[in-house]
Amino acid sequence: MKWARENLFRSWPQTVATLLILWVLWKTVPAFIDWAFLDAIWKPDSKTCRAAEGACWGFIAEKHRFILFGTYPYELHWRPALATVILIGLWVFSAFRQFWKPWLTLVWIAGLFLIGVLMWGGIFGLRYVENERWGGLILTLILTTFGIALAFPLGILLALGRRSDMPVIRALSVGYIELIRGVPLISLLFMASVMLPLFLPSGVTIDKLLRAQIAIILFAAAYLAEVIRGGLQAIPRGQYDAAHALALPFWRRTYLVILPQALRIAVPALVNNFIALFKDTSLVLIIGLFDLLSTVKISLNEPAWTGFGVEAYVFASLVYFVFCAAMSRYSRSFEVRR
Amino acid sequence: MIQMEKVSKWYGMFQVLKDVDLNVARGEKVVVCGPSGSGKSTLIRLVNRLEVHQSGRVIVDGIELDDDTKKIDTVRREVGMVFQSFNLFPHLTVLQNLTLAPVWVKRVPRKEAEETAMHFLGRVRIPEQAAKYPSQLSGGQQQRVAIARALCMKPKLMLFDEPTSALDPEMIKEVLDVMVELAREGMTMMVVTHEMGFAKTVADRVVFMDGGRIVEAAPPAEFFGAPKTDRAKLFLSQVLGH
Repeated sequence: MKWARENLFRSWPQTVATLLILWVLWKTVPAFIDWAFLDAIWKPDSKTCRAAEGACWGFIAEKHRFILFGTYPYELHWRPALATVILIGLWVFSAFRQFWKPWLTLVWIAGLFLIGVLMWGGIFGLRYVENERWGGLILTLILTTFGIALAFPLGILLALGRRSDMPVIRALSVGYIELIRGVPLISLLFMASVMLPLFLPSGVTIDKLLRAQIAIILFAAAYLAEVIRGGLQAIPRGQYDAAHALALPFWRRTYLVILPQALRIAVPALVNNFIALFKDTSLVLIIGLFDLLSTVKISLNEPAWTGFGVEAYVFASLVYFVFCAAMSRYSRSFEVRR
Repeated sequence: MIQMEKVSKWYGMFQVLKDVDLNVARGEKVVVCGPSGSGKSTLIRLVNRLEVHQSGRVIVDGIELDDDTKKIDTVRREVGMVFQSFNLFPHLTVLQNLTLAPVWVKRVPRKEAEETAMHFLGRVRIPEQAAKYPSQLSGGQQQRVAIARALCMKPKLMLFDEPTSALDPEMIKEVLDVMVELAREGMTMMVVTHEMGFAKTVADRVVFMDGGRIVEAAPPAEFFGAPKTDRAKLFLSQVLGH
């Protein structure tokens, strides 16, 4: 009671706010629990679902494999499933500081090679699956992984370039960043999928997935560059003075003194961008790639199951939320240090 | 060790240094003083080219400084510098601060660099702080670490740019003691400071600057005992008065 009086009802405006919030919760939470659990149908039967009041989780039960793995051959679903587990495992493994050693790179190369083998197949007696048929969660994760892994260093270079003393490099960096930032990701994806093939010599083709991946990397790099530049600007001039006075040449100075500090400052904004990148990958659906959100959308097209969009999107949101929450939770460990 | 001939520098329209001539011999200790804005910090920062002069010549240890980065790096390896605001690297421990440049610039093996670092940490009397981060130390301790960091490069010349100006009064002495000791060992030193006691104790020559020029340069006894110019007299009355 004492706690409640001190924290919830200390003043009149506070009391009003507390009561208002309680009223909203009273109106929404029980209704949601009724819908999501008590009145929900868990069996994959569309007829009972239509009769019922609550959510139809049966839809998810029926369609979860298509949602998670897309058009990947049904009997081979264990392969993308295992690849997903390996990729998530690599991220979790890399989250531990004590593993930040040179050999971690080798672990990643081995892991990604394994994922490639599983997804494509074609060797070790695995059936070949062209990447047109990849889809669902693993596609989202692959686009994000390579998006972050390649856009991040590119962003660092662009940020350094923008602050460079060399006019040509600075102009190129500024031009690139402003050009890319001035364009929506959708139009970049369209350009990558429609225009890029026109410029390539005949006979040379780059597949759709790679083109989308490149577009995502180029897009994300421009945003990351600005975030990193913000971190660089926050470094006091004295740090540069000290590094200069100790005769550290440019790259060593940047790598050993400036970047470690700048990136730590930029962590909240960086994670913000990584989360945005993760969710932006869902835009690839407009060029016909089946990421997690597209597979949800497609599974709703089947006549028996039309109209269960809410359940489907709640499910997809949950999946996205788990990954984003993990990223943001992890990033906090960087901020509390010292 | 340092030869400056007719050195001038402008910030935009404003001329900070006007035809400055200054020589510092090997083993000599020169204290530079003067009112704020007199150009003394700019002068000392020319020696390892943290600032660029626009005319005249700056020759350090026989190497004339110009845009050639190789020459600049050679000079910087030989010249240690201590700043007013310490400028330790906050993301590294004290020991890492001390070994960074020897390992990455001079290619000294890590183990040897750590031994050298511990040696100099002992000399500045804080060997027990090696594993701490700079933010965990007091200002005086941080400045002594900064001195040790410069010494780890085994410099021929040490520059001090107002090393005690950012310190609380009770910490000034511990830093000055280290500097006096260093001077006694024969290090060539150029020190910008308002600590006239330090100047009297160790300086071979006091250089007084005002308005971007060297107004007076004399041994401390002469400078403090019988300053020639009115500006120096005024300055001394202000600095020593309080």
